[in-house]
Amino acid sequence: MNLPTPEILEARRIGVAFGGNRVLRDVSTRFETGKVSVLLGPNGAGKSTLLSCLAGLRRPDSGSVSLAGVDVLALARRDRARRIGFLPQTAEVHWDVDVGTLVSLGRLPHRGHGGETAEDREAVAEAMRVTDVARLATRTARQLSGGERARVLLARVLAGRPQWLLADEPLANLDPAHQLDVLEQMQRIAAEGVGVVLVLHDLSFAARIADFAVLLCEGRILTAGAAHDVLRPEPVRDAFGIDAHFGTAQGPDRFVIPLRRHRG
Amino acid sequence: MRVSSLKLNILFVVLLAIGVVFSVVSGKVWLPWDAWNQTDPRWLIIAELRLPRTVLAMVIGAALGAAGAVMQGYLRNPLADPGLFGISSGAALGAVSSMYFGYALSAFLLPAFALAGAGIAMLLLALLAGRSGSLIMFALAGMILASITGSLTALAISLAPTPYVASEIVNWLMGALTDRSWDDVRITVPIMALGIAALATTGRSLDALTLGEAAARSMGVDERSLQWKVVIGVGLCVGGSVAAAGIIGFVGLMVPHIVRPLVGGRPSAVILPSALGGALLLLIADSVVRIAPTVSELRLGITMSMLGAPFFLAMLLKLRRSLA
Repeated sequence: MNLPTPEILEARRIGVAFGGNRVLRDVSTRFETGKVSVLLGPNGAGKSTLLSCLAGLRRPDSGSVSLAGVDVLALARRDRARRIGFLPQTAEVHWDVDVGTLVSLGRLPHRGHGGETAEDREAVAEAMRVTDVARLATRTARQLSGGERARVLLARVLAGRPQWLLADEPLANLDPAHQLDVLEQMQRIAAEGVGVVLVLHDLSFAARIADFAVLLCEGRILTAGAAHDVLRPEPVRDAFGIDAHFGTAQGPDRFVIPLRRHRG
Repeated sequence: MRVSSLKLNILFVVLLAIGVVFSVVSGKVWLPWDAWNQTDPRWLIIAELRLPRTVLAMVIGAALGAAGAVMQGYLRNPLADPGLFGISSGAALGAVSSMYFGYALSAFLLPAFALAGAGIAMLLLALLAGRSGSLIMFALAGMILASITGSLTALAISLAPTPYVASEIVNWLMGALTDRSWDDVRITVPIMALGIAALATTGRSLDALTLGEAAARSMGVDERSLQWKVVIGVGLCVGGSVAAAGIIGFVGLMVPHIVRPLVGGRPSAVILPSALGGALLLLIADSVVRIAPTVSELRLGITMSMLGAPFFLAMLLKLRRSLA
């Protein structure tokens, strides 16, 4: 589904404070559908807070977030839920439900009070196929490994067929193979026209998959732009306080290895 | 073993039909089929004693079962019980104060006081929990409320004007359906029905909460409206049941726990079978206390506690094993 003009998710001068502690200050940036964008920065930089503002889950103390020109908080809850899929950092599953049921929860924003429609079933089946969890369908949540659970929860979001996918550290707790799988999914759905915004800690993965990167530090945007412009020695040193080695693997794939804390 | 919710519900309805017949015929006086016509003198026992009691047992069981299922789904804790909210003890405090001041002579005043107590407890709970919709604040507020109302009830007993009032209060607190009339049915059943209806609308949001609060919010769940529905629904169910029968514990804990593995964990699938199962459990329990060979009738509330406490312990031990 290639849109002729991409949809824009835009943060305008967002400020958030917890108590007296200002977590985000005057943050303005914009994201496009069809691209993979990443939010980078050290712990406490405000990445997760920015992501939840973008998803319409938190009301910023100042500023606003607009989706295609409309304030994201002014959208009806269900409408917003259909358009923005959100994958939280905590992979919570509180009841021992089976995988099929878990994935079909992603259709809740689409469902009327009747039962499942053919479209619901099709969306669930497709989401399970692309995340490779169809063979787990009859297992229950407690019988899944960490990696399987992460893929099932991703399938849950994809089953809603959102226009936007916002994910908070989707690679946490995954082994390298599953990290690659998840990143591949993100790139694939971005190619289909979905706007993907990820909070990532791994700079190499960010360098490899991001079209657009936002580097946050102490609640402000240090720099934002094309990933290869953002992931350079100076901004990384300024944000994280580290010296890093920047290199190229095969073809265009870049990698970043943190070497030491920057001194002086 | 998994069964579909529909099959389980049908099974419960069939068992309930059998249970109703059993409840009407059983008691200190057994009522065979030939008593079931209006010309028989024993008809009075059926129409004025057994039937209202049967109806109350079923509706109270359904209300407590549904309240337990919704509370467990809302708090995402299989050990949650409607009693934890402080609403049942608030309702009890209301009822006890009506006895303390001697107003309970009128049929309407005790239930009215119990409902007022439940209503005030609900309001305090919502105020204490604050606007955040946070589950932890909610659970803590409920516990605080339960301990305050519990101590005030104890105060009322200790300061009772006469020993008769004290024993009346203690007796009532134990929970029973003895000598309930159609008046009690008329006052309390619509309230509990309203509560069950409010709880029935929470299923979709509770399903979303399976994935945690952030995910639920992103799926369009309005946490504040959900909190209101839970508070009002549980308040009406528990308040109505306490007004009718005093405190009857553990139904809301046990029934959803038995039902859940049968229908899968999805909270919305647990609500209706829990209501039907609760109705069945209380109907049978209330029939059994009537025919138990004791000098005075066994108290329903005590019977349920004696069934429930070991059940609770078994659950806890099982949970401890799975955490180990």
